[in-house]
Parts: sequence; structure tokens; C-alpha cells
Amino acid sequence: MQVKTKRTKQEVAEAMGEIEPCYRTQEAKVEADRCLYCFDAPCIMACPTGIDIPGFIKKIATGNLVGSARVILESNILGASCARVCPTQVLCEGACVMLDRDEKPIKIGRLQRYATDALWEKGVNPFPKKVKPNGKKVALVGSGPASLGCAAELARLGYATTVFEKDAEPGGLNRYGIAYYKMPPAVAQQEVKWVKDLGVEFRTNTEIGKDVPMEKLLEDYDAVFLGMGLGRTHRLGVPGEDKAGVVEALEFIRWIHTKPLHEVPVGERVAVLGCGNTAIDAVTQAKRLGAKEAVIIYRRGEGDMTAYPYEYELAKKDGCNFLFHTAPVEILGEKQVTGLRLIRTQVGADGKATTVAGSEFTEPFDMVIMALGQEKQVSLWQKLLPKLKFDSAGRLECNPATGQTSMPKVFAGGDAVSGGREVVNAVAEGKKAAHGMHALLCGKPVNGPIQASRLGHRDGAKGSGFLRPVRVPELEAAYKKERNAKSHG
Amino acid sequence: MADLSVNLAGIHSPNPFWVASAPPANTAYQCHRAFEAGWGGLVWKTIGDPIVNVSSRYSSLDIAGNRMVGFNNIELISDRSIETNFKEIKECKKRWPNRALIASLMTDTKENWHEMLARALDSGADGVELNFGCPHGMCERGMGSAVGQNPDVMETIVGWVMEATQLPVIVKLTPNVTDVTRPARAAKKAGANAISLINTINSITQVNLDTMCPEPYVAGRSTHGGYCGPAVKPIALNMVQSCAIDPEVGLPISGIGGISNWKDAAEFIALGSTNVQVCTAIMHYGFRIVEDMIDGLNDFLDSKGMKSVNDLRGLAVQSVQKWETLDLHYQRIAKIDYDKCIGCNLCYIACEDGAHQAIALVSPNGHGLGPGRLPGKAIPQIKEKECVGCNLCSLVCPVEQCITMVDVPNDQDPLSWKEYQTRLASGKMKAIPAHD
Repeated sequence: MQVKTKRTKQEVAEAMGEIEPCYRTQEAKVEADRCLYCFDAPCIMACPTGIDIPGFIKKIATGNLVGSARVILESNILGASCARVCPTQVLCEGACVMLDRDEKPIKIGRLQRYATDALWEKGVNPFPKKVKPNGKKVALVGSGPASLGCAAELARLGYATTVFEKDAEPGGLNRYGIAYYKMPPAVAQQEVKWVKDLGVEFRTNTEIGKDVPMEKLLEDYDAVFLGMGLGRTHRLGVPGEDKAGVVEALEFIRWIHTKPLHEVPVGERVAVLGCGNTAIDAVTQAKRLGAKEAVIIYRRGEGDMTAYPYEYELAKKDGCNFLFHTAPVEILGEKQVTGLRLIRTQVGADGKATTVAGSEFTEPFDMVIMALGQEKQVSLWQKLLPKLKFDSAGRLECNPATGQTSMPKVFAGGDAVSGGREVVNAVAEGKKAAHGMHALLCGKPVNGPIQASRLGHRDGAKGSGFLRPVRVPELEAAYKKERNAKSHG
Repeated sequence: MADLSVNLAGIHSPNPFWVASAPPANTAYQCHRAFEAGWGGLVWKTIGDPIVNVSSRYSSLDIAGNRMVGFNNIELISDRSIETNFKEIKECKKRWPNRALIASLMTDTKENWHEMLARALDSGADGVELNFGCPHGMCERGMGSAVGQNPDVMETIVGWVMEATQLPVIVKLTPNVTDVTRPARAAKKAGANAISLINTINSITQVNLDTMCPEPYVAGRSTHGGYCGPAVKPIALNMVQSCAIDPEVGLPISGIGGISNWKDAAEFIALGSTNVQVCTAIMHYGFRIVEDMIDGLNDFLDSKGMKSVNDLRGLAVQSVQKWETLDLHYQRIAKIDYDKCIGCNLCYIACEDGAHQAIALVSPNGHGLGPGRLPGKAIPQIKEKECVGCNLCSLVCPVEQCITMVDVPNDQDPLSWKEYQTRLASGKMKAIPAHD
């Protein structure tokens, strides 16, 4: 990449600063006091990791901040990350009963951040009690949210746990793949420290199948957790993908987390291909780093994008542009990208997007970011563990309740299993696998807290168990219409 | 991790948090739930000849959207049979041997008291609490607060109790008296082992302006109910401290009155309580609140380097003394942090109309814009010479730490009203001039 930002160090630092600051004491207190402290609260059900949300908020209200953070981290060791990156609108906050009083939901994410930041600032170890070792050993492959969630849970159950990470630093996507303005890397590093404080061992720069053979893990450990996530970004399949200035979205975001911000290469006119949440992360960061124009190019329409609505709003607010119903045909340029040849598309009655003949046009770009989703690594893992089973979409198959794969002592969770979900889902799946291993190795079931509805609702199959947001706007609109008709009738 | 265990007059509990004698302590089912949640002790709902309750029993005071800031009830003592109550106490004690389980009793004649004490002993209860506080219904029958308001009668009855039992005896006091130390002293004189206070305060929380009848409404009528909840905490703290500092009382105290969280509890303990009892907060949120109480008190004690909750007990008692001992030369004034001031000017109007006209509204020049302040809009400024340090502005200010009260050092030696009077009389000093 020859292109460099034209912004000064300070300008970039400001533009990339956290979009939501930590609550001040009074703000937190006022918001915490607003919480009704519901019993068997819907927000708990909506949290994939089952954090006792009213419980931790009550503790903020009484000034018991260490206790509050402990409640959060007991259920979700990545509670500080999730406070910043969770799609709270469709999880806890989307379930808040305040919505039924036509009030704003409690700002659970921001309160969670307030409590975990307070613990971080105090430098207190949230779990000072040493757990008695149970003599069993578990190896975890990858150190992203799923492995961290699993390792923390196992450590607290008495297991000796070792996490193998091929990168130089642990944390996985949580460390290298989050939009900087949502969460700086220091948060992910602090969380790894909390996991280390629980006694979990990390072996970085260690790749399974290369530095350590897979067979060795199966031999040396009582169980193995696979939390390796997904592979590289999908290829586009058009000519010119190898030109300088073409970069994978996750690689671009990784630069942001590993280079000084003002040295991160960014083009003047940046095209982002794809329209999921990662595409939004890429386009907004390109703009904030100093791109004059940053454009999302998507072959379908506004209503089809997989990015959350508030992510879309954020990108629009940042001044990013959107080219809908448009697909790339060729990446132009000699060695360096100079532009894209594009074609118009239309979505037919069958829901398929097709190109419109004769509608080709070109647009100048000096950087192209591919955000087309990550590849499954079926062949790689089948080479390492031939007995593993994958579904037709390339997702690693396992028992959704226990995380157990087709190999009895091998468990899995996170994006490799789900195909790509939120940090909080990965943590929850890691926890479920930890409980699954505990049942296998010690014969002990662990009760909650994964979606610990105290009235005994069943755990969801994966993540929160809800396939859609907890709230269903159409149903609510119908209900309100009916209610209004009654009250005026 | 600090040691939270306490010993109230020989009654041990793993933490100082007890469920008070009230609706949450009515049955074995509730007792099990309370102990499962972590409560250190429970005082059973008062046992006596079963009564008949009315329907519609509670009402509350809501303030600015906050529910149940104050709470009122006209429920009587247990409506379950004496046999059932003691049978269930026995069962609970067996299942929870390490928790404190206290039988609250109320009856009339000496024989009946002796009979109840024998049953309490047989049930395995760790102690008894004598209910001399109930301010509605039972007092009309010569029991409850009717006893608590008459120190002589109370002394006699406590005497009957003390001669008949070896169990620790806690006397529960009514706040519906002019001076709570008088019944407290009577309890001490009669040999009681501890006191618990406060019971509920006579109250009417609200009048329904359509029915012209207060709540709780019972077929066109209501009655004076017992008031409790967060709103009564200041009254309770005052009475607890009064008993704690009185050498003629000298009894361990179980503090009660508006305790909702660990901070409230810590304040009661700092003012001399050995443990605390809670009801209204449980009636609002359930037994689960004790988890934060334990956790929060523990972290607080750790942060202060205290090894045991007993190290906290009474630390603030001696700081409350008679007015005549306070230093007349001490001076503090208000200070405004303009980076925090939002320009609501509530401090100005409160001082101007409600206090000492010591705040001016001035041009913002020099202070610039604070959060939410409009350009050119006048902002409050303390007239330092006029400020008497009353605290009012800092109390009305809606922004935390925006108006703080700061000490103004002076070179005068401390002077109490008492010393002032002595010096005046001996001609050693001139009268302090009256304010203009």
C-alpha cells in the first residue's frame, strides 16, 4: 500500500476515539436507579451468557462496583468487551421492560462498561479465591472469545487449562478484529489478564499442526476445545484481486490494532465490497482515518443488508456512501488499484440478484477492501482431525447443548461452529462446552448461568437461542394498534 | 474477605443481616427461601393468639416516580396458630442450624408469657424478641406499642419474661414515644439482653381525594398504620444512636428502619448496632437483595482495612453529641465548580428565598460556558462573606460534586456554646455580635 492518511496524528486519534465515553459517576447512578430490578428479568434471558443484569445494576446503585463487575465477569469473562461491542439493541436492551412503558430501555451496555472499567481502574482481582485443582487438563486451540469463555469457566471449575495461539498476542478477533472506535486493544488485553489471573496458561506463537501436532494435544490432555474461528476473507472471483491496494477487511482492521493509527495506510477513495457488520466497521474506519470518500458497494438493496440498522446509521453519520444494487466486475489498474468496473444488479421475484446487461460503468478508487465474510477451514481441520464432521455450509458440527463434536473428547464453539456470530455468542458457546467437558470428565452437570432464567426456561440451542431479535416490531405494532383502538373505542 | 459474623447477646449469625419480624418472616417456606438467599438470621412474624386481619393492608408513599419510598401497614401479628408457628420454627432451625432464628412473641398475662417462652425454648429458637412496638390494632388490646409506650408496664412484663427463660431476650421498641431511651432503660432495668429498634411509626400515607378516605381502604374506613421503608431511616438512626450512647441503656442493639442496602446497614452498625433487620426492601424486591448487602459490606470493610464487621460497630456513635458542644468558630462555605455547573440556578433561588441571600447571579465572564450553559446567561456566584455554610445549595444542586462545602481555616480556638456561656459569665469574653 503506497497510500497513506493525510490526517495528523491528533486528527486521527480524535476521529478514532471511542464513540461512547464511560459514564461519569452521576450518570451511572441515575441510570442504575432507573432499573426496576425485575425478577427473572427478560434482559437476562436475552443475554447469551446469562449475566444477572439487574443484579449488577443494583450493585452500581449501591456503590458496590467491585461486586458489580464480579457479577458480570462470573457469567461473561469478556464482559468489558461485550459492554462495548454487543448489539445490545437486539439483546438485553431490546428485551428491557421499560420499552413496554414507552420509555427508553436501561442502558445496560454502558452500565456494564462503567462497572468493568471501575474494576479495571482499581486493579482488583475479581476472583481472588484459589480453586482447588481437579487434576484434569484441557487444551484450547485459538484464543478468541470462545476459547477465553471456555478457559475461564474451566479454570473456575478446577481444570488446568492451556490455550494455544498462533498469533503473538492472545485475544483473537477480540484483540485484532473490532472497530477501534468501539474498543481499543487495551480492553481485550485486560480481559486476557483476568483470564490469566484465573490460572489459565497461554502459549502464543504456537500453531497447532505446525508447532505442536494435533495428536500431541489429544494424547496429553483430557479434552480439547476447538475455538479457532474462521479463515481468510472470501475471494471475490473477479480479475485484479492481487493488485496493490486490495485488502481484506480483517487485515485492514488488524493494521489499525497493530500500527500507530496515523500510519495505517488508507486510500483517498475507498471501496468496501460487502454489507455486513464487518463491512461497516471497515468503511467507517477508512473514513475516520482520512479517506475523502468511502463507499460500500453491495449487489442487493438497503433492506437486504446483514449489518444491524444502527451500524448502517453510524456509517451514514460518518459520511460514508452506499452504492446498492451494484456488483464489481473487475478491479482496474496496473500494479496499483485505480478503480472498479461495476455493473448494476436487480433482485428478481425469486430473490436472486442478477446483473443488468449493458449497465457497466467504472468508478475511480485507490483502495478496495473486501468484506465478503470469512472462509470456512474445512479442509485444514479435516487434515488435522479427519474424524471431525462439518455440515453442508462448512460449519463444524457439534451438540448444541454441550459443544461436543463427533470426536468424544473434542469440543468446539465460536465462529467455526456458528459460521460467524457476536463475541457474546462465542463466549456463551465456550461456556457451554466447558460445562459439557465437565459433565464428561467429572460426571457433573453445571447449572447455569448460561441464560439462567430462574424459572427454568431451557437453554437455547446456540447463543441466546433466539433466532431473531427478542422484540418483534411487527407484533408490537399490531398490539399497540389494538390497544389504542380499545382505549379510544 | 472480612469476617461478617456477629454475636447479638449470645445469638450468633454468619452475617449481620436478619429478616425482620414481618410478612416476609411468616412461614417456613419464606424462612427457607430467606436462608437460601443468604440471610444470617430471621425474626419470625410475631406469634400470639391468632388474629383476624382485614383485607387491604398496605399503602405507600411514592416520590417523583420512586415507588415505596415510605410504606405503611395495618396488618396484625401472625394469623396462624401458635402450634403451626412453633412447629415450623423447629423445622427451620433443624435445617439451618447455623442461622439465627428468633421467635417474636406477643401476649398478655404472666402465665401466657411463660407458656409462650416454654414453647419457644422447645422449638429450638435461638432467642426471643418481645413485640412492644406494633402501633395498630394490638395496642388497642393493651399489647404492642401500648406496652412500649409505658416504661413501667414494660419493665414489669420484661421482668416476667426474664424470670422464666434462659434464652436471650430482645425487646423491640416503638418509636412512637417522646424519648426512646426511657423504654430502653426500662428494658435494661428488667434484665433484657438486647433491644431492637425501631418498630413502625404511626402514619397516614395518603388520602384518596375521591373517596375522602386514606389508603389502605377498608370498606369506607382506614386506620393509623405503621410507617417504615427508606423514608424512616433518619428517624431510626437517630433513635439507635440515642440508645447506643446512653450509658443507662448499655444493651446490644439490633438496628431496624429503612435499611435497603449494605450502605444503610453500615451506617446503623457505625451508630452502634450489632446487626440489622430488614423488611420493606424485601417486600419490594425479594430476599435476593441480601447478596449485594453481604458482598458490598465485605468490599467496604476490605477497603477500610477492617478484618471484622465488629470493628465497624459504634465508630460514629461518639461523633454525635449535644448541640452545646459544637464548635461555634468552625466555618465552612460553598464552592461552585464551574466546569460542572449546568446553569439551573436552583442554588441561587434556594439561598435567596430559603436561606441567607449569599449567592449572586453574575455575568459568566471569566467562567465561560459550562455544560449546558447558554452564552451570556447569568451564573451563580457564592458571596463568600455572606455564606454561613448552611449546606442548602449543595443539597439542592443536581450535579454531583458541583457545589462542595469547603472548610475556611481561621486562627480562633474552638469554642462551644457551653464554654461561650461560661466565658461570658466570667467576663473573659465579649458577646458575639448578632447578625444584621
